[in-house]
Amino acid sequence: MTQLALVIDLNVCVGCHACVTSCKEWNTSGSAGPLCDERPYGENPTGTFFNRVQTYEIGTFPHSETLHFPKSCLHCEDPPCVPVCPTGASYKRKEDGIVLVDYDKCIGCKYCSWACPYGAREFDEKQKVMKKCTLCVDRIYDESMSEADRKPSCVKACPTSARLFGDIHDPESEVSQAIREDGGYALMPEWGTHPANHYLPRRKTKLKIHEDELERADNPLKLEQPLPKPDKDQSTMDDVSAW
Amino acid sequence: MKPAFSVIFLTTLIGAAQGLFLALFTHQLYALFGLLPMQSDAFYGYGSALALLLLCGGLFASFFHLGRPERAWRSAAMWRTSWLSREVIALPAFMGVVFLFGVVHLAGYRPEVVTLPSGLLIDLSIVLGGVGTLLAFTLFVCTAMIYACLRFLREWHSPLTVINYILMGGSSGFILASFYASYAAPDQADFFAGWAIIITLLAFAGRWAALVRNARLKPKSTIQTAIGVKHPHIVQRSMGSMGGSFNTREFFHGKDAVFIRMIKPTFLLLAFVAPLALLAFGLFTPALLGVAFILQYMGLLAERWFFFAQANHPQNLYYQTIG
Repeated sequence: MTQLALVIDLNVCVGCHACVTSCKEWNTSGSAGPLCDERPYGENPTGTFFNRVQTYEIGTFPHSETLHFPKSCLHCEDPPCVPVCPTGASYKRKEDGIVLVDYDKCIGCKYCSWACPYGAREFDEKQKVMKKCTLCVDRIYDESMSEADRKPSCVKACPTSARLFGDIHDPESEVSQAIREDGGYALMPEWGTHPANHYLPRRKTKLKIHEDELERADNPLKLEQPLPKPDKDQSTMDDVSAW
Repeated sequence: MKPAFSVIFLTTLIGAAQGLFLALFTHQLYALFGLLPMQSDAFYGYGSALALLLLCGGLFASFFHLGRPERAWRSAAMWRTSWLSREVIALPAFMGVVFLFGVVHLAGYRPEVVTLPSGLLIDLSIVLGGVGTLLAFTLFVCTAMIYACLRFLREWHSPLTVINYILMGGSSGFILASFYASYAAPDQADFFAGWAIIITLLAFAGRWAALVRNARLKPKSTIQTAIGVKHPHIVQRSMGSMGGSFNTREFFHGKDAVFIRMIKPTFLLLAFVAPLALLAFGLFTPALLGVAFILQYMGLLAERWFFFAQANHPQNLYYQTIG
């Protein structure tokens, strides 16, 4: 079974929002219709987005650090939003594990958004249906594109390669290795939703130097030093070994 | 959560209707066994019509909750997994049986279905009433489970949610039945008012228990599990948008703490204390029963508002700071 997913490396995300704008641009231009905005240049703009980059401050100054945190649908392996949908508009694809909404079946009851603990779903106020990240399902299988372009548009846009895309059920895939080797974790594991998307933690590379490593034990200069000499009243081992 | 008035009216109106139907059929069962005098067909028939009216009001209100009401018919599809879908099936089914129960009584068409060995005659209205009773409870369970099945909305994820929907609907319906009976069958009003007092007391206890339970809940999700960073001090500086979004509108009730503190005693007073007092006096003054029903209905609207507003969705952890 394939489970496509994103792995987001928080260690390299710089919070530039390129994934947000790229996602919006691709998904507002597709055959599924626009991601509607209201008052985009007005006083109180609002709109539908599949992906947002949030910012958190961890710790208190001066021991603080900034964390940029991109958040989109996690394509849970056990998605709580799917069984609650009364029409079957919300579904998880068997072939690749992508959770999708059929905009032609959705009645806009918003129940699925109540059932998602991550707030990954956004209601389109103009089309009156629920929308969410599709993992660019209209890109990744499009054979008219070059192989390199068949990736979600957020992944293509990321200037620091903080976003990896692949099959997390294939142990040899780039994403599986990243999760395995770089401490990939899931959000809110307490609800048992088994999110497919994973995050790689912030990590600092530190060089550990031990005290005794600061002085070379076999320093050749030591050869020039006078040899240790026992006191006169101490026994010597002159007869068994030679200094 | 942001309380939606369409859902508040839906749940309170159909709750009263289910309670009213249960009250009418309870009376008919008592009468069947000779414990109470059997009333005229018109009494049960017009009572069912009143219940049907409330059900239609609830169904009408529910459409305002939908972004695409013209597709509402699709929502019966996923009854295997979705409680909302089950409710969508149970509500019209119950309405149909209430309609038939009323028609059978008003038309006086009550053919014998079976005669029990004890000589008890079971006619069509009794069978329909039995089916209606089952459907009324099914509908109560479906409605409440829509909320109780969401495991991370912990204020709702409790058997008390189901119990309270049944008890509060029952209380509302039996009070309405006692008011209806005080005009349509004055000598039977005490029967309904007596049951109404018992059910209202039970509903009061159930709702109180739910309030106590919810006050002791500790959140399972924290900002630490939400973003997966282990640090005692994490503050959100930006939620990714300068204006609001669906996530900031749908999951916050938008009222201040004073309003929340006010509404709890208000609904406890209006939905339970006031009707209990009025029912006690209403045994002697029928008009008070009507006042009791209306006051309690307003109390139940406030109760349902609070029920939604109190649920704290874990997604709110991601939407704390505009910036």
